[in-house]
Amino acid sequence: MTNVIEIRELRVEYPGRNRSEPPRVAVDGLSLSVRPGEVFGFLGPNGAGKTTTMNVLLGFVNATGGEAFLFGVNVREPIARQRIGYLPELTYYYRFLTAEELLRFYARIFGIPRAETDRRIDALLKLVELESVRRRPIKTYSKGMQQRVGLAQALINNPDLLILDEPTSGLDPLGRMKVREIIQRLKQEGKTVFFSSHELGEVETVCDRVAIISQGRVREEGRVSDLVAKYRCDLERVFLKVIGYEPPSGN
Amino acid sequence: MNRVLAIAGVVIRELYRRKDFYVLFVLTALITLLLGAVNFFNDPKIVRYLKEVCLLLIWISAVVIAVTTTARQIPSEKENRTIFPLLAKPVTRWEVILGKFAGCWLAAGIALLVFYLFFAVISESRGGEGTPAPKAAAATQVAPGPQAHDDHAHEPGCCNHAPASPNPWLVYLQGAWLHWMMLAVVIAMVLFGSLIFAAPSSNATIMFIVIGGILLLGEHLNKVALRQTEPVQTILQILYFAIPHLEWFDLRDFIIYDHPPVAFGPCALATAYAAAYALLLLVAAWLVFRRKGLTT
Ligand SMILES: Nc1ncnc2c1ncn2[C@@H]1O[C@H](COP(=O)(O)OP(=O)(O)OP(=O)(O)O)[C@@H](O)[C@H]1O
Ligand SMILES: [Mg+2]
Repeated sequence: MTNVIEIRELRVEYPGRNRSEPPRVAVDGLSLSVRPGEVFGFLGPNGAGKTTTMNVLLGFVNATGGEAFLFGVNVREPIARQRIGYLPELTYYYRFLTAEELLRFYARIFGIPRAETDRRIDALLKLVELESVRRRPIKTYSKGMQQRVGLAQALINNPDLLILDEPTSGLDPLGRMKVREIIQRLKQEGKTVFFSSHELGEVETVCDRVAIISQGRVREEGRVSDLVAKYRCDLERVFLKVIGYEPPSGN
Repeated sequence: MNRVLAIAGVVIRELYRRKDFYVLFVLTALITLLLGAVNFFNDPKIVRYLKEVCLLLIWISAVVIAVTTTARQIPSEKENRTIFPLLAKPVTRWEVILGKFAGCWLAAGIALLVFYLFFAVISESRGGEGTPAPKAAAATQVAPGPQAHDDHAHEPGCCNHAPASPNPWLVYLQGAWLHWMMLAVVIAMVLFGSLIFAAPSSNATIMFIVIGGILLLGEHLNKVALRQTEPVQTILQILYFAIPHLEWFDLRDFIIYDHPPVAFGPCALATAYAAAYALLLLVAAWLVFRRKGLTT
């Protein structure tokens, strides 16, 4: 069975601001594979290269070296994105549209038939609890509400793979729990979820496997339970050890 | 195709939500006022002058609306990062370009429709409301003038009837149509520019200069070329053949001087010419956009 995500020796350099400045390496020989039906946590400190890696998968950034595949299709092909849902790191939606209009627009992009679109929009707005504000422009939403619009649009095509860049950032505890529930439900439906997060507690509860990266490289990868057993501490400590942080002595 | 229309729909909805269409109402009101003032003057010269001012206003504002709207499309998608969730869907960049083009062009079409409709209805209702005298006078005034000596003067129907234009509505329609076709080229050009020049304002400024330059100087370029010495002459001649001749789409004099409509052939040819240039520019825009990283 082909891997849902396959990344081989990925390298991404951002050009320097001018000619004298060397290019900055954001991803440096990163290899990763995510199997069907897995919930995969993509962890790393700020600036580690998580968003950049996801941007390559989505075709926003061209890799300097290496290759990446979604469902066995090179990410350079737009068709690779037919079966994925994507939630960006920050809320990036047309502020003048209402939630309903935004979802309708994306449904048209996917070529979802009209009746089916209506049905899905109702279900999704219910799921993310935005039914009462569905006819208000997105610019009048709070941050958490915008984040939930993002989650709804990521699910509009009933995707087989979800790529979520920090899905719980900006959400209140209840909202976080909801996102966790949604991820767990998707897993039960046999979907694959690839997400980045700084909330290691929630990663520990929902993820099958994780990869911890820093400075553009995978430093540790494996099942959460295996890592916890290997380092004999919780995932947060594992994370800190892997990225090379030494806690002050006496702790 | 559905994807292209969906993207175009968002462009139009934004214009509508941003209340940009108010500009349209203000301009239309201005046209109505100007032409309404015509009733006070029975002097055909003043009538013609006012029509000229109105049409100039329509031309300038249509170009301004088209350029400013188009120039901000792709930059604002990048700025607001709405391009990310969009391109994460199975939409090609060619479809994004086409959708943006279609949206801007349709919006320009709506603006033109309103402008020309008001212009036509008001200027025709004036002639039709029982005071045909000034119009007939205008026609006889035009006849011996230099404008009547162009190639349309020999067309049948032009010589016998005193009210010169047998079908003014067709002329308005043609004027609006060719104007719209010209805007297709303009919009494609600005879209291409928006992928090359980073800031929408600099793109818009450059495009205004280019479009203004073509409209004012384009047709004289080959004549100027003949008077130059060698390297300059060839360059100017190449330029003359390379630029899209936007001034060919200008039917304002036909409307002002009550000319008969343009024959079908040249009209279709001009349409094809505009379509070819617009397509060329859109393909160029796509070639630039195609391999562009979005985060730098
Ligand atoms: N557009 C860009 N131009 C230049 N450098 C960039 C650009 N985007 C990211 N970088 C650099 O690439 C590196 C990786 O950034 P990236 O956004 O992938 O990190 P991240 O792991 O998502 O971090 P965070 O947890 O803060 O979201 C950083 O050093 C960053 O400065
Ligand atoms: Mg990030």
